[in-house]
Amino acid sequence: MQLARVIGTVVATVKNDSLEGRKLLIIQSLNKNLDAQGKPMVAIDSVGAGVGELVFWCRGKEASFPFKREDTPTDCTIVGIVDSDKHVSRQ
Amino acid sequence: MILAKVVGNIVATQKNVRYENARLMLCEQITPEGDATGHTILALDAVDAGVGDTVLVVQEGWSASTVATGKAGAAIDSAIVGVVDYIDLLEDQTR
Repeated sequence: MQLARVIGTVVATVKNDSLEGRKLLIIQSLNKNLDAQGKPMVAIDSVGAGVGELVFWCRGKEASFPFKREDTPTDCTIVGIVDSDKHVSRQ
Repeated sequence: MILAKVVGNIVATQKNVRYENARLMLCEQITPEGDATGHTILALDAVDAGVGDTVLVVQEGWSASTVATGKAGAAIDSAIVGVVDYIDLLEDQTR
């Protein structure tokens, strides 16, 4: 999992049937100092996240587990919303 | 598995149900020499690791969710599976 900031939304009319009704968000992964780490990517939302929120996401096959995993094609899913920036404690 | 240093943790109320009662630790990947690579990941704690510990992080979903929640098949891709006591390295790594 990685921390990320939701920085945008994606609208796609033509898509796989199993993605109907799913929210597509653009996320930017962050490091421990909440600075950008790597390139932005598109994630499916499973927790009701919105633009501007600090979230964490899961990669790989496991990303489809919050949904009907046999038929949701995703490798990047938002699985939690961090309560606030202050709820990232670090040394 | 990768080597990482635990640098903190995060608090999230709204999260996937399988993350309930788990500790989500902020880990910074390190080299075998102990230098930070600058890459930060989140991992579920399965061994009661603490901030400052050098740990082993498994990045394979079946193993990570089994060890962290007791059951496979969760949206979990990383878990802390060990606390490193020490690392012995050959000084000349070309041999």
